[in-house]
Amino acid sequence: MKTPTFVELKKNLKKDFSSLPVIRLGIIGDCATQHIALSLRGWGYEKGINFDIFDSDYNQIDAQTMDPASELYEFSPAYTAVINCTEKLYMRFCETPLDMRSSFAATICDSMVSVWSRISENCRSRIIQFNFPVWDDRVFGDFGGKTTDSFVFQTRKLNMLLAEKAGEYKNVFICDIEGIQSRVGEKALRDSKMFCIAKMPFRTDILPLVARTVTDTVLAAEGKIKKCVVLDLDNTLWGGVVGDDGTDGIQIGELGSGHAFTQFQHWLKELKNRGIILCVCSKNNEENAKDPFINHPEMVLRLEDISVFVANWEDKASNIRYIRDVLNIGMDSMVFLDDNPFEREAVRSLVPEITVPELPENPEDYVDYLRNEDLFGTASYSKEDRMRTDQYRAEAERVSLQSKCNDYDDYLMSLEMVAEANPFDAYHFPRIAQLTQRSNQFNLRTVRYTEQEIEDIASDDKYITIYFTLKDKFGDHGLISAVIMEKREDALFVNTYLMSCRVLKRGMEEFIINTMVETAKNNGYKKVIGEYLPTAKNAMVAGIYEKLGFTRVNDNIFTAEVESFEYNKTHIRKG
Amino acid sequence: MNEIYERLNKVFADVFDEDITVTAETTAEDIEDWDSLTHITLISAIEDEFRMKFSMKEVVGMNNVGELADIVASRRKR
Repeated sequence: MKTPTFVELKKNLKKDFSSLPVIRLGIIGDCATQHIALSLRGWGYEKGINFDIFDSDYNQIDAQTMDPASELYEFSPAYTAVINCTEKLYMRFCETPLDMRSSFAATICDSMVSVWSRISENCRSRIIQFNFPVWDDRVFGDFGGKTTDSFVFQTRKLNMLLAEKAGEYKNVFICDIEGIQSRVGEKALRDSKMFCIAKMPFRTDILPLVARTVTDTVLAAEGKIKKCVVLDLDNTLWGGVVGDDGTDGIQIGELGSGHAFTQFQHWLKELKNRGIILCVCSKNNEENAKDPFINHPEMVLRLEDISVFVANWEDKASNIRYIRDVLNIGMDSMVFLDDNPFEREAVRSLVPEITVPELPENPEDYVDYLRNEDLFGTASYSKEDRMRTDQYRAEAERVSLQSKCNDYDDYLMSLEMVAEANPFDAYHFPRIAQLTQRSNQFNLRTVRYTEQEIEDIASDDKYITIYFTLKDKFGDHGLISAVIMEKREDALFVNTYLMSCRVLKRGMEEFIINTMVETAKNNGYKKVIGEYLPTAKNAMVAGIYEKLGFTRVNDNIFTAEVESFEYNKTHIRKG
Repeated sequence: MNEIYERLNKVFADVFDEDITVTAETTAEDIEDWDSLTHITLISAIEDEFRMKFSMKEVVGMNNVGELADIVASRRKR
């Protein structure tokens, strides 16, 4: 999409935000932040967010974070942007005695981490920390790159230390200003007179990109992420038309123009490795379409990298809907890549929720273009991400077994399912947090948690937590459900009940509900109270409590009496 | 010079989001929303429009639109 200018974002402020969901955002900085705040509100409008912003006065980082009664904490932001600028960093560097400069980055990093800790202790805000655009004073020339006493060395090191620390503090995300500068250049990022007269660390032109970067982090943390890429084949994944040219005639590989496609496939494979599902949707006959994946020695992507492979002569919109149904994910979490503008337009008009990037004409530009589109932001990453493709492939095998069984019960029995139920533990925090961020459909209250928050809940004895895993004879689904229950006098209130849609209608819903009631019983509670909070996406679970034996109390509240509860039938064995 | 004023009017209208006609005598006092924050936005927008850059001294020292237009006239690249 075309990026709006700063003045256009400013105009957005007059528009009607009333229908947009509100997200409270605090801003503290050691520089002027008003223009950044304004851009964020304007960009939020573009993305369908009503940012309710508390923008603290100039240079208030310590004041706002040290005082437990500060305006920032009073505001109770969901996110706090902490904006430190390189100009101020340089002043501190210049004031640092020469013999302490080699530890400058470590010292500054410690003080920034203590700001994070203070925020975390005083409110439940997530933190978006701006890192530093590297500004080289050239006092050492290029030698500065290898001497620990130079500002450039210490700034680079500081960015790396912040990245490492943010990895430990799960509530902290880095807004990569250094990354923005490396893409646009220092001249495009800053204007020295603007800092001198207005303490503004950024040119106004670049503010839309800064706002976009912050907003992308917020959106990812709110669960608005891409999960799947649907790929065309001819002239998208390789050069030429496999049906006409044959497997040995297509362009792919180290030499010549095929190299552009090799690079593109490497990039896609990296997406797959990080947990994005790859699917194929091609107008071809299936045999021809699959042949390069099996027989071409230089194909980077192989059949096992593709979760759902659709090659036929149907229209692509229908095929994409089919893929969506098999994967059971939201259309808005899918991306469609096709070199053909006609196909792109057709898909866009028939499936408006899917993202269809305007792929450039030349294949050598595909990766650069998609890097800049920045579609694949995430707020978490866990080991399970790497297994996702295998899981969806196993799912395709289950679908095939199901079609052979006459009776659904027989089918479930033949799956030989085993589930485990355990309290949250450190090993699983990342995956559990990720599930709370990713699950939209089977999610009763849609409360999103970061890893830090999950860790806090797990160690808080006001809560009982349970995660569930499921495996069957085709493979391991891994951790597919999380339940958080709050202790309330004689009852347990289900704060979070979510499940991956991959395991829908296997008896897992029943197994989980049974476990909830059993847990309440074993811990001496009389009741389990469930709540359904409707969202645009979770209608599928509106009736789940009632269906599985709870009694409706009012519109959204359901209870189960532990003593009289009739446990649901399920074919899942407890492991 | 007329052409510069025409283009300045366009920039002012865009930044203040209202129909504005400036003259050499127009100052920040004359336009309600012209505060220090908007001044920065305005300077950036004029720099973009005329592909030139003001110095810090100029940004701080200009007293009215006339002085601003004079600087533009002496330095613009388009």
